[in-house]
Amino acid sequence: MNKGKMKKGKTNTFTRRDFLKGFGSGTLGVAITPKLLAQKAESIQTKAGEVPVYAKKQIKFTVNSKAYTKVVEPQETLLDVLRDKLSLTGAKKTCDRGECGGCTVLLDGNPIYSCMYLAIRADGTNIKTIEGMAKEGKLHPLQQAYIDKDAYQCGFCTPGFIMASEALLKKKSNPDLGEIKKGLSGNLCRCGNYTKIYQAVDQAAKAGRS
Amino acid sequence: MKEFKIAQPKSLDQVTSLLSQKNTDYALMAGGTDLLDEIKNKIIAPEVVIDLKSVPDLSTIKMDKTHVSIDAMTCVADLAENPIIRENFPVLVEAALSLASPQLRNVGTVGGNLCQRPRCWYYRDPDTICRKKGGSRCFALRGRNRYHAIFGGGMCYIVHPSDLAPALISLDAEITINGLEGKKNILRLEDFFTLPQNNVRKENVLEARQVLSEIRIPLPKNGSKSTYYKFKERGTWDFAVVSAAISGVISGGVFRDIKIVCGGLAPIPWRLKKAEDFIKGKNLTEEVIKQGAKEALTDARPLEENTYKMGLVEAVLYTAISSMI
Ligand SMILES: Cc1cc2nc3c(=O)[nH]c(=O)nc-3n(C[C@H](O)[C@H](O)[C@H](O)COP(=O)(O)OP(=O)(O)OC[C@H]3O[C@@H](n4cnc5c(N)ncnc54)[C@H](O)[C@@H]3O)c2cc1C
Ligand code: FES
Ligand code: FES
Repeated sequence: MNKGKMKKGKTNTFTRRDFLKGFGSGTLGVAITPKLLAQKAESIQTKAGEVPVYAKKQIKFTVNSKAYTKVVEPQETLLDVLRDKLSLTGAKKTCDRGECGGCTVLLDGNPIYSCMYLAIRADGTNIKTIEGMAKEGKLHPLQQAYIDKDAYQCGFCTPGFIMASEALLKKKSNPDLGEIKKGLSGNLCRCGNYTKIYQAVDQAAKAGRS
Repeated sequence: MKEFKIAQPKSLDQVTSLLSQKNTDYALMAGGTDLLDEIKNKIIAPEVVIDLKSVPDLSTIKMDKTHVSIDAMTCVADLAENPIIRENFPVLVEAALSLASPQLRNVGTVGGNLCQRPRCWYYRDPDTICRKKGGSRCFALRGRNRYHAIFGGGMCYIVHPSDLAPALISLDAEITINGLEGKKNILRLEDFFTLPQNNVRKENVLEARQVLSEIRIPLPKNGSKSTYYKFKERGTWDFAVVSAAISGVISGGVFRDIKIVCGGLAPIPWRLKKAEDFIKGKNLTEEVIKQGAKEALTDARPLEENTYKMGLVEAVLYTAISSMI
């Protein structure tokens, strides 16, 4: 199981997340490059040919337009890899059972729960997370709309909601309220902010069309 | 999550060869939306997970002169959006869109939906060893059984969680099961599911060495109509409390032919044959539909907390059928 403590000692800006991490683990992680980790496939000889079996595998994928090569273990979810190996902590680990949507990211444009998707299967895919929404210091219209409409209280569900909203608007640029509700039906907000969330999506949709 | 290795086979023959190897504990993964829950909850602990996604060409939907075929690895979202399916099988589209959430439908597959394991809270509880997990009791019988079976229980009172299965059975679907060395078995989906009295550990007849590869549905006859109605407790995603898939041929306001298959009622998708027989050929009044449901319910054996499902069956049948006329 990955411990989520490996981080190259490079940052010069100290974020709230770094503080929490340091606080939690107590020590600084040791930098380990993927190459040090053996990842040769074993294989099982079957009557129908040799089948590769991995205890670790090097995968290549794109996250927010940036290419990554990472060694992952089969039981690591995409969420764990994003959060613990790429330090992209926008997607939240909330229920870890595919029930709440806090971990929603886009995989080749489609919203998925990254907590219920093995990272090893993301090999060759294109992932988008909340960190990839703002461009050149400017918020994405959806992010702006969530702020304008006060569409969050604690904000824990917001990254997941915004990614689900992004997927919805890519498919349907002009959704009615029913369609917005359906599009966001895989996301839960414990603070119960649904009305404002729907208004935010509506605002972003209108902004996108104007 | 507990560690496991992953095998990435390139053909179904490789899958079945792997499955037939002794002394390794394998688990098949399609979308993984159910399997990962089982692993995370320590219900199963496979040494090797077989990644069905690495097998190419297992997710197309095709139509020939007589049938539509759906590959097992087709994801539920693609099923619901497919023009062939939308044109011919409304019940299947409605069932697909009723299940789980957009995120899960993008990943969960049709084959995985039919082979998914039960949602009974005793079964899903890591610390409870019920009969289905090899223990000696079904805790639902005397325990909390609000969501459990009113038909077909006895050894174990789970309800089958699949929404696609009732829809597909109502459409007379068949499935292809691949065994060792390319051996294929075709059977009616209705015969795939099996009651706890036959084997309490399983919900279907799939053997350890087999994999479900394809679902085939005969093209609808003239005048065919179909619908899926799912009663759930919340507006957002949820498993069915009671659902009904209804397919048939209607003419002159009368069902010439009708199949009613329910979810949420039994350890397998449950056909209400007595209701079908009663309703067929009669003018579809409220009394006829509700009496049909009552006839079927004479066989029901509700538990302490789920008698309410009896009334729901009537209401669900009435709502579903009256939406078709
Ligand atoms: C929050 C939540 C809500 C859900 N709601 C619903 C719902 O409303 N209705 C519903 O029907 N389901 C629901 N599901 C269950 C599940 O997500 C879906 O049924 C999905 O379609 C399962 O498909 P999968 O490909 O992810 O299956 P997997 O998890 O990959 O597999 C499920 C099981 O089937 C076996 N299997 C898979 N494919 C094959 C095959 N081709 N041959 C042989 N065995 C196979 C696996 O070994 C495993 O035991 C829900 C799940 C979650 C987590
Ligand atoms: S954390 Fe993934 S759905 Fe809740
Ligand atoms: S804003 Fe708190 S959970 Fe949604």
